[in-house]
Amino acid sequence: MLLSLPRAAWQFRGFILGSVKREFQARYQNSLLGALWTVINPLAMILVYTLVFSQLMKARLPGVDNGLAYSIHLCAGILTWGFFSEMIGKGQAMFLENARLLKKLSFPRICLPIVVLLNASLNFAIIFGLFIGFLLLSGNFPGWVILGVVPVLIIQILFSLGLGTCLGVLNVFFRDVGHLTGVVLQFWFWFTPIVYPVSVLPEKLQALVLLNPMAQLVGAYQGIFIHQQWPSWQSLWPCAVLALVFCTLALALFRKRAGEMVDEL
Amino acid sequence: MGEIRIEAVGKAYKQYPTRWARLREWITPFSRPRHSLKWVLQDISFHIRPGEAVGVIGINGAGKSTLLKMITGTTQATTGQIEVSGRVAALLELGMGFHPEFTGRQNVYMAGQLLGLSVDELTQLMPEIEAFAEIGDYIDQQVRTYSSGMQMRLAFSVATARRPDVLIVDEALSVGDAYFQHKSSDRIREFRKAGTTLLIVSHSRDAIQSICDRAILLDHGRIALEGSPEEVMDFYSAMLAERALDTIRQERLACGKVRTISGTSDAEVVDIALLNAKGQRVELIEVGAAVTLEVRVAIHVDIPRLVLGFLIKDRLGQAIYGINTHRINQALEGLVAGEEVVYRYAFEADIGKGNYSVATSLSRFDSHLDTNYEWRDFALIFHVVNSRKPEFVGCASLDAVLQIERTGQPCVAKN
Repeated sequence: MLLSLPRAAWQFRGFILGSVKREFQARYQNSLLGALWTVINPLAMILVYTLVFSQLMKARLPGVDNGLAYSIHLCAGILTWGFFSEMIGKGQAMFLENARLLKKLSFPRICLPIVVLLNASLNFAIIFGLFIGFLLLSGNFPGWVILGVVPVLIIQILFSLGLGTCLGVLNVFFRDVGHLTGVVLQFWFWFTPIVYPVSVLPEKLQALVLLNPMAQLVGAYQGIFIHQQWPSWQSLWPCAVLALVFCTLALALFRKRAGEMVDEL
Repeated sequence: MGEIRIEAVGKAYKQYPTRWARLREWITPFSRPRHSLKWVLQDISFHIRPGEAVGVIGINGAGKSTLLKMITGTTQATTGQIEVSGRVAALLELGMGFHPEFTGRQNVYMAGQLLGLSVDELTQLMPEIEAFAEIGDYIDQQVRTYSSGMQMRLAFSVATARRPDVLIVDEALSVGDAYFQHKSSDRIREFRKAGTTLLIVSHSRDAIQSICDRAILLDHGRIALEGSPEEVMDFYSAMLAERALDTIRQERLACGKVRTISGTSDAEVVDIALLNAKGQRVELIEVGAAVTLEVRVAIHVDIPRLVLGFLIKDRLGQAIYGINTHRINQALEGLVAGEEVVYRYAFEADIGKGNYSVATSLSRFDSHLDTNYEWRDFALIFHVVNSRKPEFVGCASLDAVLQIERTGQPCVAKN
């Protein structure tokens, strides 16, 4: 029973990989610049924030004396947040968007979250690779400490996969979930110290913001890239637990409602 | 392999009185159910043995599609058990999973993988898929440039690229032009011969009777009748005319066939006979014999207009010839109760040897679907033998005339 889901997904690996490839290609099929757009979008965003905050508003990272520090701070947050929000956004819509397929064809439904995960990972890998390249060129590469990114990313992926799938299933039954997700993500972005460093907040607010699991994760990335610090495992384990809770919840919800879902599409 | 076993299956959809009711039901622990169930299928049980071909018929909304969806696994049954063994291929919605922006070849891989084939297998099957779809160079064009017929052909070719153990076909599927329809139904027949179990949903008498061993009639989400295709199709035609099951009668004839009679019985066929040239009743006639079909009709209630039709069917129940008095402007009008009418249709039996049955219909207009006084299947059965003409095959005796011409010099081999 526990193995039936992965086994079904493995059997349909051809379909999963094909879908990922197709979605990636489809996005740029008729555009002249093609896959370049994957890069241009976040690049534009980083440029805007850097210009507005570090140049116009003269924002400086307290305690760091490096002209590029703020840009790196932004990248570390925005790129990983982009990965997170893509997973949530696509996850909450995945069953509705594939309604036609779900209603007419019999295939393991677990394929859909996997496709979402792989697609978002692919986009993230491209942009993150460029980011690393930029760090190397500008001489800001953090060194071995970069390996600390791996466990943090794993926690983030589990967290967003679990949450996204929960929302995806719920969205089939309560369409409000989809609208709500968009609104919540907006607030969530600004409640996470991505554009601003957490230290600019008043003490009381800092404690509150750190209850946000994404703040902990983004903080860990920023620590790695700016201060060459290994992530503090103590601050991460509540996130890991939360990620596992969401994954378990998603699996339970999915198991219980997968059959009923088709009737509601 | 290829067995379908369905036991006491039912399907119900949940209906909530308000939009909030579902939320309340979900979040209240141990809540009483706040939904009502709307049953679309109930108490369905049947068993299809490996290699059997079964047709499912029923009016729109009878639950046919839901049943197929449950068998293919897209929808879960609310109650009961469904067991299907072997590889299942379903031709329900052709072209599902096709993406218009990609080429035919890319789409074949996608769709094939959705059917559970591997990339290697698909590469292997590719030449055959291309050949069967007959879309030529279009295979490397984007699917959005295809005509709908081309899309269907390609989709059919992928879906049937490998012989499945169970094939489920929704007839809505008339794939492409007449030529391809023949080709696709030939492929289905081939599969059947090779041992594939077949489940077909159709409204077409010919499709069901020519390919199925058995038919199941669904009505209002229940099995109304299960039996030989002929018997079930007759009942179904009658049902269409009646829309109320209670005026349909079925009688078992001595030969084992089932006669279906339906209608208001305002008029009734009291006698029917096939007469030879001398006016004697016969059941056995020669190919091409001049015969007369005599039908005696009793009028029980005053009727404004009466049309008599007859239909000769072969042993598979396929129509050979049929006509009615409306079409030759011979409908009678103003009939009174107590009258008796005798109709005599004379014709030459230019049909192939074999067993035939005659169905009669008494109606007000051209179609018995409007006002049906009586529809009687197997009103008469007769046999045609061929002892005078050269042996031929087929159901039409066309008396083809032959002419032969031989030209050219014979080649003389050297040495």
